[in-house]
Amino acid sequence: MIEIKDLTVRFGGVTPIDGMSVTFPGGTCGLIGPNGAGKTTFFNVMSGFVKPASGTVTAFGENLLKMADFRRARWGLRRTFQTEMAIEKLSIFENVAMIHEHSGAKRSSRRADVEAAVEFVGLTAPSRARVGSLGARERRLVEVARAVVGKPRIVLLDEPAAGLPDEETEHLSQVIQKIPGQFDALVILVDHDMSLVSACCATTAVIDFGKLIASGSTADILRNEHVMRAYLGTETEL
Amino acid sequence: MSTPTPAVSSARAAAVKAVSSLERKTLVQLLTSGGLLLLALLAVPSLVGSDWIFTFTSVAIYSVVALGFDVLYGRVGLISMGQVALLSVGCWIGARLAYATSMPFPILLVVTGLITAGVGLLVGLPALRLSGLYLALITLILAGATSIVLGQTDFPSGGGGFLGRFPAGALTTETPPVRRPSWGNADTNFYRYTLVVVALMFLLTLVHVAGKPGRAWAAIRESEPAALSAGVNITLYKMWAFGLASFMTGVAGCLLAAEIGTPRATTFQTLDSLTLAATALIGGIFTLWGALVAGAFNQLLPFLFQAQWSVNPNFLLVVFGAGLLQVLLTAPGGLAEQFPKDMANLGRLIARKVPVTRQALFGIGSILALFLGIVLLITAPPLVGVIVVMLSPILCVFALD
Repeated sequence: MIEIKDLTVRFGGVTPIDGMSVTFPGGTCGLIGPNGAGKTTFFNVMSGFVKPASGTVTAFGENLLKMADFRRARWGLRRTFQTEMAIEKLSIFENVAMIHEHSGAKRSSRRADVEAAVEFVGLTAPSRARVGSLGARERRLVEVARAVVGKPRIVLLDEPAAGLPDEETEHLSQVIQKIPGQFDALVILVDHDMSLVSACCATTAVIDFGKLIASGSTADILRNEHVMRAYLGTETEL
Repeated sequence: MSTPTPAVSSARAAAVKAVSSLERKTLVQLLTSGGLLLLALLAVPSLVGSDWIFTFTSVAIYSVVALGFDVLYGRVGLISMGQVALLSVGCWIGARLAYATSMPFPILLVVTGLITAGVGLLVGLPALRLSGLYLALITLILAGATSIVLGQTDFPSGGGGFLGRFPAGALTTETPPVRRPSWGNADTNFYRYTLVVVALMFLLTLVHVAGKPGRAWAAIRESEPAALSAGVNITLYKMWAFGLASFMTGVAGCLLAAEIGTPRATTFQTLDSLTLAATALIGGIFTLWGALVAGAFNQLLPFLFQAQWSVNPNFLLVVFGAGLLQVLLTAPGGLAEQFPKDMANLGRLIARKVPVTRQALFGIGSILALFLGIVLLITAPPLVGVIVVMLSPILCVFALD
């Protein structure tokens, strides 16, 4: 469980996160909101790239904000980025092994763990293939493999399906749904593809202007009128 | 008549599997480099004269300096424009330690490397905050400062003790040469000694690049935020790269001190750091071979121009400039990666196997112009050579997509 209380982030005069309080209970949780709502900024707070002005983040009973940024990976925090960040010059194996090396997991299990992660995401390319030679779909899968290797506790996925055609999103969706059960990790999924969010997430939180506007079961959320309003603009009298 | 027992055949199968699990390319590269090293160690000294041996020693030493640049820029993405200045620091430390102590030469090499690594780490501190142009400027300014300090202190002065100095003006005939390893005193033996040490430095780099640090560096070069979120301690790994590059450069400096015997501050110019960066980029910063090409461009070409062909080596700057443009525009992998590709294209063109594209034609033409230009610099009036060399970057503009 992750509890966020009164989180505020300020960049000069801009307040991308404004007193946000939200709880992610477990499993795969959706986090949605219009562009500029503060989703990526929230992920950056989790990663330690952005220091919040105030508020707390408690993950499984630990104060995440106190941890040095590079130590959070060892603790079990994983993330992907909106832009694809798999390392082109390294092979699939090296890309995933690199995360394992800094995760604190045992060296003796590295090969097995890495191959298990590669298999888990359903990559069929040989694991010694360079990531630079792969297509967009396979690179996304490499990123997901990187996010699940080495005992993850929290996996943050930032628009993993962006730019993928529907049938590939379908495969990705199945992979994401299996993460909590397979690795005992809490997944937070940010995406604009509502069919992906509703397929993967039992619960969803909606933010806008840096504030929580609704949270609960995904089915209810997608019917919530505040949410519709946030996405479709303010209702006007016709 | 005797059939292999199951145990033998399974052992053989395991051996075959082990070999095939090594990538064939890696195997070929390892065998090639081992063969070349043996050739250079055993055959070359009996084939060429002593001035060539001296030059080849310098090529080997400078290829380690280029290797340091390659690790920093090619692997981590840090631009250091002060690598030759660091070489001069290593040379100074090595020379002074040789005067002041009676350490066996291998230990002298390691201690010099370690002290230079310490200096390099200090230089690396700004790199934690700066990158790109700013880091390049800072390191270049430090390089300039180094040559001023060494010049003002009669570097390295042959007096006794670590800081020992002869009175001003005495630094001419009275300075004893820096000693060489006991069994590597003759030029040929010292050449062999240098080759072995240099091969060890390349091996050290290979171990780093292929291991955990290499992967962490690749992550940092790709994206620092992504590396951070992958748990890479960026500070540690950047300093590690600076430490490794400086260690190797320090060892190279110590070898250089022993090679030339009486190094002077004027042996190292600030401009040398820039030409080293240029030749490292021309050679190719992403492969270890590129560092060897860089060493050859840096030391062999000047020797050929000056001593063999009596051409003013300043014309080399034209070659370096054209080569650098060529690399930056069309071949970011440098000659070590591009030359085999262009030659393969040329082969296909001659064999008419594939339709040759305009880009490939201009690429080949541009590389050929570079080499033809070098030949013309030697054989024809230099101006003709300069013009042909300058054709190279013009041609390679047309090779762009």
